[in-house]
Amino acid sequence: MSHQPVKFYQTGTFTVGNRLLAPEQRSVQASAKRYNSLNSGHRACQGCGEALGARYAIDAAMEATHGQLVAANATGCLEVFSTPYPETSWQVPWIHSLFGNTAAVATGIAAALRVKGKAVRVVAQGGDGGTTDIGFGCLSGMFERNDDVLYICYDNQGYMNTGVQRSSATPPAARTATTMAVGVEPGNVFGQGKFVPAIAMAHEIPYVATATVADLRDLEAKVARAMELHGARYIHILVPCPLGWGSASDQTIQMARLAKETGLFPVFEAEGGEIKSALKIRKPLPVEDYLRPQKRYAHLFAPTLRADVIERLQGIADRNIRKYGLLEENP
Amino acid sequence: MLKQTEGSRAVAEAVALCRPEVICAYPISPQTHIVEALGESVKDGTLTSCEFINVESEFAAMSVAIGASAAGARSYTATASQGLLFMAEAVYNASGLGLPIVMTLANRAIGAPINIWNDHSDAMSMRDSGWLQLFAETNQEAVDLHIQAFRLGEELSMPVMVCMDGFILTHAYERVDMPSQAQVDAYLPPYVPRQVLDPAAPVSIGAMVGPETFMEVRYLAHAKQMQALERIPQLAAEFKQIFGRDSGGLTHTYQAEGAETMVVAMGSVLGTIKDVVDEMRADGHAIGVLGITSYRPFPLTAVRAALKSAKRVVILEKSLAVGIGGILSTDVRMALSGLHLHGYTVIAGLGGRSITKKSLHGLFRQAEQDALEHTTFLDLDWNIVNKQLERERQTRHSGPVAENLLRDQGVVAAKIG
Repeated sequence: MSHQPVKFYQTGTFTVGNRLLAPEQRSVQASAKRYNSLNSGHRACQGCGEALGARYAIDAAMEATHGQLVAANATGCLEVFSTPYPETSWQVPWIHSLFGNTAAVATGIAAALRVKGKAVRVVAQGGDGGTTDIGFGCLSGMFERNDDVLYICYDNQGYMNTGVQRSSATPPAARTATTMAVGVEPGNVFGQGKFVPAIAMAHEIPYVATATVADLRDLEAKVARAMELHGARYIHILVPCPLGWGSASDQTIQMARLAKETGLFPVFEAEGGEIKSALKIRKPLPVEDYLRPQKRYAHLFAPTLRADVIERLQGIADRNIRKYGLLEENP
Repeated sequence: MLKQTEGSRAVAEAVALCRPEVICAYPISPQTHIVEALGESVKDGTLTSCEFINVESEFAAMSVAIGASAAGARSYTATASQGLLFMAEAVYNASGLGLPIVMTLANRAIGAPINIWNDHSDAMSMRDSGWLQLFAETNQEAVDLHIQAFRLGEELSMPVMVCMDGFILTHAYERVDMPSQAQVDAYLPPYVPRQVLDPAAPVSIGAMVGPETFMEVRYLAHAKQMQALERIPQLAAEFKQIFGRDSGGLTHTYQAEGAETMVVAMGSVLGTIKDVVDEMRADGHAIGVLGITSYRPFPLTAVRAALKSAKRVVILEKSLAVGIGGILSTDVRMALSGLHLHGYTVIAGLGGRSITKKSLHGLFRQAEQDALEHTTFLDLDWNIVNKQLERERQTRHSGPVAENLLRDQGVVAAKIG
């Protein structure tokens, strides 16, 4: 695996401050010389996971390419909050074309750069709507042609820019504006949706990884690894959305960490269609710990406790833990 | 060099002479031969410094072209009919972003009912998209317009659609004078983009623009097309200097001198119309032709100048605006506003229906006597239409229209239905 978590045994946590790390282990974000690819002053909500994820990912890609990077961006929150005319937060050459064509636009950019003999790399980025739904055809096309593009999906599990509607990445039971918390089975239905990292792996592209904004070094290491490779690459980053999830804006990192530590969001990396490693869970937390702080699951706890629904969600987490081998063997 | 060649092949050769850098291809009849020929040139090494990309849809084809053009590459694709509709969002986006992509549109009808044959419905569907739209009358003109399109589009930073009639031109073998590489190089300089995705000078392309500036951005697109009205004739003149023939321009007239009846049309049907006009002129009829090459921008002034001396105008178009009638007619009538002319709209050749000399002779003679309806559907089979209308009056469960009509015509075996 590309990233070795550092245990800080004195306090029992898995995180460790930069000053205790060797310089080569320090994060890109910790450097005063980081690129600030997505610069301050943009208009994201307080606690926006996507803004955080994009800054981490694009700065890491810039670091890996020594600033020789072009970004294509799907329509969505990231596009809207970063480029309200006449302002832009982007310090990289950046293009926004449409909602559903970002992977194809990136393919075109990569083709142009190749024909011109420029050693400039290309990233494409979009939210889960722009990736798993409307942009899925272009994404799959880019994958199967193995075009030299790193596609990054910032997954906040819904169409947050248009007012929190369901996407195919919205988890079961979650309340959105189109999966209302009413009726016999409130929230999003079970048995629908798709997990695009697995579909990306089915294309047998060189690199697929998942990450969250809770683990900066893991995310950066995955972007760095992706940029070492050529061909189609895909990183799917879980980015909590305080607005859409109804979580406190100072709990974004915590929500992402709980998603991983419960097993609801498996964090792994795969090369050539095969899983190479997964971030382990030392002691799985009950999904309730993750669900309870989020208003989008409030209907599971009041007016009556829906233990049956929580149990089904726990079942999904347990299955992920088995399927991706997430449990640490010798904690 | 004179060649006997297929229209699609000729266009592919012309595009290759323009040194495209990114070509994206998705198959749809009747444009497919063009991208096939280009793909072959790239693969066999004849066309160098060019990426040929097989994409998964027309939406992706235009999107790849958008990315490539924004990264500074001369970009080309081709499509038709449903393909143009499928890429519609990206078509508007390319012009909105000011990316000078050149696209061949092998004009074909739009379904349902599905129909692969020629008419102009596809081009008309994108007439307000901000693309410049040039219509070729012959394969020679299709070749020449592509070379001019790259020059025009790149000068203005606007995309250009070269429209050529599907099958009638794309699949027709005829004599074409193929330009040399030296001629094309002399006419078409390398592409210098106004905006480019470059790490050395980062820009943000495609920002969100609100009410404070959106009108201005749209107006600038209009202003570009107004500039094109001036540049198109100039570029045609320059083209003549290097290539030695008249090609392109805004409009062309034929036998217009002293014409009391003027026929207006676009594309390959002009050839048939001219033959009929020749025959009628020989019989002493005062009839002439106005061919429109530049549909967008629409040359209001040139059209008015060409038609103002006539007594009547027959606008023959291969498209139908359901619910009103003509599309080209609307624009021509705008050019004629204030003039006292009889104007007739003739919808003809939809879905590949042959437009015969015989029908045109009858039509134009009727027009001369001002005996035409305001809107005429050339060679419409009223028996079939009335039968279906009657069927719909008789029963609620009248079934699929197209199948009923085919059965009435005896095309479909009786066992259906």
